[in-house]
Amino acid sequence: MQAFRTKFLLKITQDSSKLTPKLTYCAVANRLKIEKQIQETKEKALLGGGQNRIDAQHKKGKLTARERIDLFADPGSFIEYDMFMEHTCTDFGMELQKFPGDSVITGHCLVNGRPIYVFSQDFTVFGGSLSSTHSKKICKIMDQAMAVGVPIVGLNDSGGARIQEGLDSLAGYADIFQRNVLASGVIPQISLIMGPCAGGAVYSPALTDFTFMVEDTSFLFVTGPDVVKSVTNEDVTQEKLGGAHTHTTVSGVAHKSFKNDIDALIQLRYFLGFLPQSNSQPIPVIACDDPCDKDVPILDTIIPLKTIEPYDMLDVILSIIDERDFFQIMPNYAKNIIVGFARMNGKTVGVVGNQPKVAAGCLDIDASIKAARFVRFCDAFNIPLITLVDVPGFLPGVHQEASGIIRHGAKLLYAYAEATVPKLTVITRKGYGGAYDVMSSKHLRGDVNYAWPTAELAVMGAKGAVSVLYRGKENADKYEAEYNNTFGNPFHAAKRGFIDDVIEPRTTRWRLCRDLDVLATKKMTNPPRKHGNMPL
Amino acid sequence: MVVHNLAHCFLSKLPIHSRNLHGGRRSIRHWREISTSGPINCREPKFDKVLIANRGEIACRIISTAKKMGVKTVAVYSIVDAHAKHVKMADEKVLIGGPESSESYLNIERIIRAVRSSGSEAVHPGYGFLSENANFVEALEREGIAFVGPSSEAITRMGDKLESKRLAIEAGVNTVPGFDGIIRDSAHCVEIANEIGYPVMIKASAGGGGKGMRIARNDLEARDGFALAAQEALASFGDNRILLEKYIDNPRHIEIQVLGDKFGNAVHLFERECSIQRRHQKVIEEAPSTFLDDATRSSMGMQAVSLCKKIGYHSAGTVEFLVDQNRNFYFLEMNTRLQVEHPITECITGIDLVEQMLRIAKGNELKLKQDEIKIDGWAIESRIYAEDPYKNFGLPSTGKLYKYQEPKLAKGMRCDSGIQEGCEISIYYDAMISKLIAHAADRRSAIDKTLESLDSYVIRGLKHNIPLIRDILTERNFLRGDIHTNYLSKTYGGKFQTKPLHCSEKVNLVSITAALYAAWDCRNKTLLNGPNLKTQSEWELSIELLEESYDVKLLKTADTTTIRIGDEVFQITNGFNLVNPIIETRINGTPIIMQLLSKCPSGEFKLIYKGETRRLNVLTKRASELRRFVLVKPKIDYSKIIKSPMPGLVKSVMCGVGDFVSNGQNLCIIEAMKMQNTLSSDAEGVVKEVNVKEGDAVSDDDVLIILE
Repeated sequence: MQAFRTKFLLKITQDSSKLTPKLTYCAVANRLKIEKQIQETKEKALLGGGQNRIDAQHKKGKLTARERIDLFADPGSFIEYDMFMEHTCTDFGMELQKFPGDSVITGHCLVNGRPIYVFSQDFTVFGGSLSSTHSKKICKIMDQAMAVGVPIVGLNDSGGARIQEGLDSLAGYADIFQRNVLASGVIPQISLIMGPCAGGAVYSPALTDFTFMVEDTSFLFVTGPDVVKSVTNEDVTQEKLGGAHTHTTVSGVAHKSFKNDIDALIQLRYFLGFLPQSNSQPIPVIACDDPCDKDVPILDTIIPLKTIEPYDMLDVILSIIDERDFFQIMPNYAKNIIVGFARMNGKTVGVVGNQPKVAAGCLDIDASIKAARFVRFCDAFNIPLITLVDVPGFLPGVHQEASGIIRHGAKLLYAYAEATVPKLTVITRKGYGGAYDVMSSKHLRGDVNYAWPTAELAVMGAKGAVSVLYRGKENADKYEAEYNNTFGNPFHAAKRGFIDDVIEPRTTRWRLCRDLDVLATKKMTNPPRKHGNMPL
Repeated sequence: MVVHNLAHCFLSKLPIHSRNLHGGRRSIRHWREISTSGPINCREPKFDKVLIANRGEIACRIISTAKKMGVKTVAVYSIVDAHAKHVKMADEKVLIGGPESSESYLNIERIIRAVRSSGSEAVHPGYGFLSENANFVEALEREGIAFVGPSSEAITRMGDKLESKRLAIEAGVNTVPGFDGIIRDSAHCVEIANEIGYPVMIKASAGGGGKGMRIARNDLEARDGFALAAQEALASFGDNRILLEKYIDNPRHIEIQVLGDKFGNAVHLFERECSIQRRHQKVIEEAPSTFLDDATRSSMGMQAVSLCKKIGYHSAGTVEFLVDQNRNFYFLEMNTRLQVEHPITECITGIDLVEQMLRIAKGNELKLKQDEIKIDGWAIESRIYAEDPYKNFGLPSTGKLYKYQEPKLAKGMRCDSGIQEGCEISIYYDAMISKLIAHAADRRSAIDKTLESLDSYVIRGLKHNIPLIRDILTERNFLRGDIHTNYLSKTYGGKFQTKPLHCSEKVNLVSITAALYAAWDCRNKTLLNGPNLKTQSEWELSIELLEESYDVKLLKTADTTTIRIGDEVFQITNGFNLVNPIIETRINGTPIIMQLLSKCPSGEFKLIYKGETRRLNVLTKRASELRRFVLVKPKIDYSKIIKSPMPGLVKSVMCGVGDFVSNGQNLCIIEAMKMQNTLSSDAEGVVKEVNVKEGDAVSDDDVLIILE
């Protein structure tokens, strides 16, 4: 290529030499110089903060920003923007230290053949800190991602604000936040935290749809351990304060964690396969080899004989979906509810299921919030919802009430009621109290509501009901039996049309697949308004 | 963590006596399903309706024959078996109670009530449960209901070890030297053991199936063994009477099938070799035995028939012998029921034992003549259990079969099972999934047929012993017929381990995984409703198997995948998908069969190849180059963590927090399937955590105790 260019330029030189030889010579030399400069700048940009810093990055078990893009993108598909941009700071001697491209790499690429916008923060350049240039680069691709309707992925690895730039850096954050909010519900936004992400920086991942983390090497916190120590006198490690384990099990800030950079990037590619490109694009459909017209016998035997005995709702989910392939979101947080993506006959669905194995599958604050956010994501991106219900009710207790279970529980109610995507519900066992209403019931515009023969639908369990209805009376056992006869089955609900059919569990998979086909053309809109007022 | 069992090391070696009894190949009858040597005689009197007081495969097996004979069948079931296969197969069904055997299949009163309510004329007990319960038979006799089995008297007399031995001696049957009486206490046990001479076998008088059995090689073991055996005997049989006899080192367990009628006729149907056992429970059985010569065979048969005649035995029964290395045989016990392993006898003799039992119970005469019964070919039965073969050659595993596909049965193959996809193997009953029986002209062909079937046997949702069975069936000593009851511990040492892979097997695994990865990658890139992309056809991958890395180049065309590993090139025929659990294809023209157990987006594939599960990791070439930068996570020291090896009940905890324990010290006892398993430490240290207490129910891999 280089040789060709030189030849080409020489030819121009010969042609134009007839005119003004001296001038032409100068022009050519200049062109060659520029060529060389371009070359050098690009080479420098590829090295980020230099080999030493790259080695230091590797030593921590982390890949460089470019290596990450390399793994994330289909081979050779990455198109980079703004490699020549530099920071504009002139204070603190910063004008002497410039790196082409500054501390972030931006552009677009293909992931399994589909375009994705991506930025990858470069920790080797000023610790990946956010300068106004850094922010402008990200904003540029965000604007473009919005314009073309393509998801945006951020690979975060940044020490925080570029302190030398002062408020310019903070302004940069806000520019990104504003775009995150405008893009919300329009294009999928995903953050993969692959290093530190602290201070103001944390709010961009928090605004995106999904935040994933890399175990041991990534941290998310508003302030680090040193500040915590000086303010509250608490001794805490980075890992404990904002590591992947904390955020995926305790705080619920992150949606999933992965073993290492490589695993995270491979799985992120896979995850994107479930999502549509934008809210105006259809969900992706892949070829499905798993038969979707056959009974699945194991579904008949999953529900235990005793109604108080727990079982694993994951067994139900895995048996219903294609190829037992379930991408669980927040698998270790609020485990009493399961949410995640799967496919039915090759088409993406969002699955929500109460987990009787954990806290009897009740709805508490964490579970409500977890499921509500998931339901809203699916609704925003036209992903049909399958809800598997075995819920004994909302979790009672002083702590829950004091922490606002009413307000938080209402989020899930709001999310389901607002959703206009196809909503399919299967009641596998319990559907008690307000929680029955919440879990995608017929009354909240459920499109298809099935009950298994083991379903029990009532205001409350027999014991509680009898203690209210027959307070102080003897023969509680007799009344309980009577109550169970009335409500300990699906008939009461089926007679009223609150469920569409009582189905044999083994038929669930093919029924849902068929219903999804029918509902694919469902059209439903909510009344026009500026926006609803969700109970935040 | 160590699980103690009765595994001991034996030094003596067996002579090799492996041969085909009948010389060359010849045509044999094939048993695709149970059939009889002759047509069923419809004019002969028969029962109108039979109740099967059992569950699982044996109930299904009995129902099959009854249906053929035109006998109506009644199944009984406990609530956990409401959807079981035997219930679906029977003409009628009766719910008899809760999941506990004592509430259902062992409950005489409820079963008799079921017999009455269904109007059954007879009861077939199968094996286990009430099959050798004299009280049950007496109760039936009182009610005037026929029992498809021997008389209560025969059961009582043969069920008592002392009495049966006495009768055997009277009938001229060879017996094991031992003490003719009940052992009073551990001191008495030691005294008698010294008289007989070590090693000795301490066993429950009422015992069977390996429960309540202990071997002692010195005074200390005799003392401890007595206590444990008595305890187990009490727990399992409600009878703590203990016997003592000479223990025969490395014996073979060979049994003779007999049939007797109510007219004093009796015949034997040759032997079954049941030497491959773990914890005294059989795993692989075959008929005939490689070890017996015609003289021994006929002499054993004669003695068995003589015992039958002596006690007026009617129905099917089995006389068990221990055979030592010089082909001396000793009477062990008589099982007065249909045995689990009866199908192999049916295969080689062509006689349907259940049909004969039903005929005899009805009062028909045995028409079989001893000299007309001939051995035809070779049959091998493999018992497929829900258990983890890597732990103590098989510790119970429970679970639901989310996928269950029996192998397509080739000619001569039979699969007796009582379960279907979706069934649960629960803690309540026996953990047997099925019996895979191969019948062929000779032993080698029967083994090959079994191997073929095992490879396409799909069992998902629990651990099973196919890896162990498949390994035994290809093991050198087994192939030579050099087997004995201590075969497992002698062949594998303390525990069964995954076999190292052969080089060609490794590349086969790598090739198939590469092809699967390419197929998956292609599918991920092909959206049915997306833009039509140019699909990828070439890959450069790095595949890891058993800590070895293989660089693989792959080229995919419409019908073949070409794989280059180093200088070698492999052509794989496409046509398998990512869902079918069985991958049946060809590598360079050679047929190959594997199973796809799971795939994970991170690139991890689990394949089952020749019985063993293998884990492979696929990375693109670029990812594998970058892998050197990834930090390796510190490995957790598992020797300091004591986990439950199986689901069960904590019987006792022998340590507390802060205790110092030494290597090998016993820490706790878990009881599962009525067997007590002692867990001991693999390291020394101070106990940091004890997470269980006596009486707790624990599941597989629960962390019980942690050492500092």
